[in-house]
Amino acid sequence: MTQLTRRKLFTLAAGAGTFAVAANLPRAAYATPEDAAKAISEFTGGKEPQSGRITLTAPEIAENGNTVPISISVDSEMTEGDFVESVTLMAEGNPNPEVATFLFTPMSGKAEATTRIRLAKTQNVVAVAKMSDGSVYSDKKEVKVTIGGCGG
Amino acid sequence: MATPRPRVKVPSSASAGEVITIKTLISHDMESGQRKDKDGNTIPREIINNFTCAFNGTKVFECELDPAISSNPYFEFHAKVPESGTFTFTWKDDNGETYTEEKEIEVG
Repeated sequence: MTQLTRRKLFTLAAGAGTFAVAANLPRAAYATPEDAAKAISEFTGGKEPQSGRITLTAPEIAENGNTVPISISVDSEMTEGDFVESVTLMAEGNPNPEVATFLFTPMSGKAEATTRIRLAKTQNVVAVAKMSDGSVYSDKKEVKVTIGGCGG
Repeated sequence: MATPRPRVKVPSSASAGEVITIKTLISHDMESGQRKDKDGNTIPREIINNFTCAFNGTKVFECELDPAISSNPYFEFHAKVPESGTFTFTWKDDNGETYTEEKEIEVG
């Protein structure tokens, strides 16, 4: 058996320390903008979203990624013949890009909703609206996150 | 976790056809399924996965939630009120529970 010298002990301890840090850091892999684009394409049925009609309101800088206020608003009369069917929210840099999907009806009166979301890091948030006539619109905002959410 | 407690804000009266603002909040941890406990085991996901608002039995607004919604999920949305009636709010939990809340509105 090799003798455990003082020097060896230090090397071992340092190695163990590095290992512990490495084991703590990389949790789940983050989604990429491509993952988000794929999820959006599933939502729209492969249609390329146009810009306009939908407005995504998000803070430029979010100090706490655990609770970021997000609002969406779609320009629509919300009548039986012409209304917003659904709006989906995607976060490009979260472990999973899906955030939430809002489903509206003509009874909603206005296609607007506000909620609070988690953002793991600085990233783009995308909102995509699907109209009753099948057209799709999207809007994108970058949110700078100081302390990431989703963690633990 | 304590039993989730819903809180809903609906105006008590409106004029016929008016579009009102509704605010809802429910106390819930929204465990994302991403976090680990101190032994390194993943804490299983347990979130509210669906929220629905209906007026006199007709759906007004619905939301499908993913783990990226913050704890104590909050929603602000709108509803058109054609007549007096009751708003029903339903939250569905991953664990199979549903939580409901009702609010009356008077059309004068």
